[in-house]
Amino acid sequence: MTRAAADLLAATASASGTATHCPYCALQCAMTLTPQAAPGPAAGGLTLAPREFPTNRGGLCQKGWTSAQLLDSPERLTTPLVRDAKGAPLRAAGWDEALDLVAQRFGALRQARGADAVAVFGSGGLTNEKAYALGKFARIALGTSQIDYNGRFCMSSAAAAGNRAFGLDRGLPFPVTDLDDSEAVVLVGANPAETMPPLMGHFDPARLIVVDPRRTATAQAALDGGGIHLQPAPGTDLALALGLLHVALVEGHLDTPQRTAYRRERTVGWEGVRQCAARWWPERTERLTGVAAAELRRAAAALARARRAHILTGRGAEQHSKGVDTVSAWIDLALALGLPGTPGSGYGCLTGQGNGQGGREHGQKADQLPGYRHIEDPAARAHIARIWGVTPESLPGAGRSAWELLDALGTPEGPAALLVMGSNPAVSAPRARRAVQRLHALELLVVADFFRSETAELADVVLPVTMWAEESGTMTNLEGRVLRRRAARTPPPGVRTDLDVLRGLALRLGRSAHEFPADPGAVFDELRRASAGGTADYAGAAPEHLDAGEAVYWPVPEGADSEAGTRGTPRLFLDRFAHPDGRARFLPVEHRDAAELPDAEYPLYATTGRQLQHYQSGAQTRRVPELLAAAPEPYVEVHPDTARRAGLGDGDTARIVSRRGATLARTRCVPSLRPDTVFLPFHFPGDGAANALTNPALDPVSRMPEFKLSAVRLERADGRGTASREEAA
Amino acid sequence: MNRALNVVVVGNGMVGARLHEETLRRDPTSRRVRMTVLGAEPVGGYNRVLLPGLLSGSLTEADLAPERCGASPLATGTTVVGIDRAARTVATADGRQLPYDRLVLATGARTAVPPLPGLREDGADGDSGASARGVTALRTLADARRLRRLADRARAVGARIAVLGGGVLGLEAARALVARGVAVTVVHPAPHVMDRQLDAPAGRVLGRALHRTGVEQRLGVTAVRWEPGKGLHLDDGSVLPAAGLLLCTGARADTALAEECGLDVGPAGIAVDDTLTTSDPDIHALGDCADAEPGLIQPGWEQAGVLAARLTGEDPYARYLGTPRVTRLKAAGIELACLGDPFVTDDGLAGHAPADGGPEVLRLEDPTRERYAKLVLHGDRVTGAILLGVPDAAAGLVQLYDKGAPAPSDRLALMLGRALPPEGGGETGEALPDHAMVCRCNSVTKGALRSAWYDGARSARELADATRATTGCGGCRGAVEKLAAWLAETDPLSSRDTPATTAPR
Repeated sequence: MTRAAADLLAATASASGTATHCPYCALQCAMTLTPQAAPGPAAGGLTLAPREFPTNRGGLCQKGWTSAQLLDSPERLTTPLVRDAKGAPLRAAGWDEALDLVAQRFGALRQARGADAVAVFGSGGLTNEKAYALGKFARIALGTSQIDYNGRFCMSSAAAAGNRAFGLDRGLPFPVTDLDDSEAVVLVGANPAETMPPLMGHFDPARLIVVDPRRTATAQAALDGGGIHLQPAPGTDLALALGLLHVALVEGHLDTPQRTAYRRERTVGWEGVRQCAARWWPERTERLTGVAAAELRRAAAALARARRAHILTGRGAEQHSKGVDTVSAWIDLALALGLPGTPGSGYGCLTGQGNGQGGREHGQKADQLPGYRHIEDPAARAHIARIWGVTPESLPGAGRSAWELLDALGTPEGPAALLVMGSNPAVSAPRARRAVQRLHALELLVVADFFRSETAELADVVLPVTMWAEESGTMTNLEGRVLRRRAARTPPPGVRTDLDVLRGLALRLGRSAHEFPADPGAVFDELRRASAGGTADYAGAAPEHLDAGEAVYWPVPEGADSEAGTRGTPRLFLDRFAHPDGRARFLPVEHRDAAELPDAEYPLYATTGRQLQHYQSGAQTRRVPELLAAAPEPYVEVHPDTARRAGLGDGDTARIVSRRGATLARTRCVPSLRPDTVFLPFHFPGDGAANALTNPALDPVSRMPEFKLSAVRLERADGRGTASREEAA
Repeated sequence: MNRALNVVVVGNGMVGARLHEETLRRDPTSRRVRMTVLGAEPVGGYNRVLLPGLLSGSLTEADLAPERCGASPLATGTTVVGIDRAARTVATADGRQLPYDRLVLATGARTAVPPLPGLREDGADGDSGASARGVTALRTLADARRLRRLADRARAVGARIAVLGGGVLGLEAARALVARGVAVTVVHPAPHVMDRQLDAPAGRVLGRALHRTGVEQRLGVTAVRWEPGKGLHLDDGSVLPAAGLLLCTGARADTALAEECGLDVGPAGIAVDDTLTTSDPDIHALGDCADAEPGLIQPGWEQAGVLAARLTGEDPYARYLGTPRVTRLKAAGIELACLGDPFVTDDGLAGHAPADGGPEVLRLEDPTRERYAKLVLHGDRVTGAILLGVPDAAAGLVQLYDKGAPAPSDRLALMLGRALPPEGGGETGEALPDHAMVCRCNSVTKGALRSAWYDGARSARELADATRATTGCGGCRGAVEKLAAWLAETDPLSSRDTPATTAPR
């Protein structure tokens, strides 16, 4: 049986259960939800079982296994909440009251201060249908240009670099299963062993080259299995890529007839990049990055000698004020080796959020219209305006990027009201204290969520919405494969879908019912038409194909044929890249320092990331008792010497201070850490919020904040200094 | 600022070109600074550091091309012959007078040619210093081409190239020539090579490593005469037969223009303050012509950053406060890093404890394996080090030293870069502690698996069903199977020859 046929069987043979996918990350592990025969542990009346699927191969991590436990959580919101005045508590309200209030206030603000007085903040966790409807709602119901989403904090640098190099951005331009046969996989700033665990099953640890300032679980897996871990100083991955390219160049790895022909026939710009790389000889690279020249040579040889190889970037490379150039440097290395568009090899980025891929294609980004179209492109505006039944002139232009939007809230020039859907920026935005302050300054904050997240706690109106197992729609996973999300149970009374909420608001704002259907099927039909002819073309992704379990990868134009259960474009760029001349672009890039470097006052690098048990801001996973028990509190990883100098022992509460704020975390001494670097997970709110420290210095191209590098100092939370401790000793 | 500052740079070497690049980066439209770079060489500021790579054949001349050139005028093949400080103009060899608001001297250094009979031919141009048959330096692209020709001719007839001077450049060039397939002997007057950076035992170990990679050495001897067609006469009366002679005898700052126009010049070069300003406030100098440490590129590059920040107004108060001294030998097969000052008169053996303010010195000598490591600390700061054959340690230590960060308390790990033990531990069974994480994907510890066993899960499969271990990426399947086998062996209640009878869960 072919793999595709097996998928088909797995998808359809679940007569008794509902075949759907995990609510969390972009791997979208397949699972089956079956009504529980006998009352068991609280899991929404459902039994959850992993399902065989190419991406997760029948596996689930602890987050996936426990995901259904949230459905009947006592903290679940089942009624709208309204705050009568700033400072008053949130009180229960009816749906009509809440929606009337929101629509009336949005309308009044718009009338008084113009359409851009109302802003929208979306999410990479929303289904394609919701992302599409949210973008449409902003542009035609509110008429605002002020919409962006948390994917800006996630995928924007890789997306910009991919567009620059290939003319198109799809996280993995090949199926995940291609990785199984790869002879060398470079993971740059990605820690799938914690963030996407079942993906690890596709890697042979001996063939992994992990680039990370920390010895992460992924790096450790590589080392244990005979692979390589390169441990650069934070903020130096760009130079490391050029250093590897230099070695590949001078050791003759790039002179093979195949690679020479590839560069000549499929790319432009090699000479400029070659000169950039020539300047990063191993010893110079070593001095900046701290990666030994010998290690650099070993890694370059392992990569260059592989017959099939992949370079994959993650947030560690991308969340910098030079994130786009950093990704470009790694793409340059991949192009020099002839990987992209070659069967069995490639470059890709590991998308983070569940619908981080689809969420960046359908118009909830400040500068984008559905189908990955640009909002300033007249042809794109005309096409979308026609689908929406409006004039192109009535569509707003590009708005502020996520951080710039949050930073402007409640200021004289910025929006006075904000609708948040599927996001928790009070925890996930950089410089979190400032973000909270800006949210506070709004005249009206409306949050649609299923829990009282930290952002919902600040809201004036909270709208309770359905969870993943209670709704239908589509998600696009990290491979650009369109998947079906299916409802497995009825939502609790009092809860509405996000689509229903948008419809209710749109109607009250004067739009007509047919423009905002609540039925996800109807929205998907419109999305397919809107995306037709665009970069991310979904026109041929008919629901019956998806329901039949076909593997559908965009672009999938209308009429695209199915071959052995696969439709659309599983592998991009095999014949040509998406630039008009069909060639990929080498981009000459140069190292530059981070916006903030350690100094005498803030002598350490702080970097942030995720831990296995929690997902993003933790609004969901912190409410799962089993996950909270395993990972109950914020911690800071510190080299034992660095901890000792700060007067801290393992388990002590540390205060970590940056120019933007301070946070508290339990000290975890980690001997493999660089002594100049500390690490904090960003899943925790309030006093333990890692994002209190982070720097909203933005990449000039992607507007990605510099989450991965801030200068901090470390001290005891009780204020007892090192000196007094030493005197006492 | 109403008008762009008119800056003329004399010298288009690595530092002059870098200044141009750093300026453009800060002022891409040349709104604040209009910079003209004048270079005597016919090509731009190629990368001198990579000349040995050109020699070994691993790089091409294009790879050594100047750092990115922008819109600003850049004149190659233009020699400056004089400076009129009163009129604020420079005179070029082709008779032009170019005005400046600020002048930057980046004239670099010249090969210091030893007073050795036979090196110069009558009437030779003294620029590269040496044009006698078979003799060259290695400072310019023209030198590199010349050396490559000499080397190829020598290789063709099985002859040898003599390298005079066993410093960094001499050794890198020698190693590159060997890589090109040429026999090489380095002649050095001191008892060991790189004696400016290395103590005697380190020098001896390096000598061994060089020998292994094919670089022959004649140490403690001085050259007395070059005889073209024959070789190099040495002061012990012997003759080293050689078809070519490469001079790597150091460099001295090129201060001719500065001296002519009356700027203050010290023994090491043009005198500048920490703003890189000479005794004339409108004239700056940087790089080898103003620095006491010729041969290292890092200081010049950092100076270029400081001066660009000042000229463009990005940071009018920028100061150059020095560059940590790090020398890294670029020779394939040899990993050597020297930092700071590794020479100590008192290495702690005289009875001084570090608490007395004396240095703390650690040393490992392992000539058999060509390793030598020496660490000098004052308090918890590294002030000098020699690391040969311990590449991991070198990388980490240089980072520490560059940042002036305190040294870790585990000095041996610092010095040897020895691999840290894996944090997970490779053990299974009894040796594994109960809290050890077996399945990371599902947070399952050995203790949890053991409890599940005693609750009735009597196989790897049943353990998986009970705890979800192995159900994530599957990477721990082997470990869980081993644990199941160990539990079966050690569990008094389970018999190895009867299958488990517990019902599936």
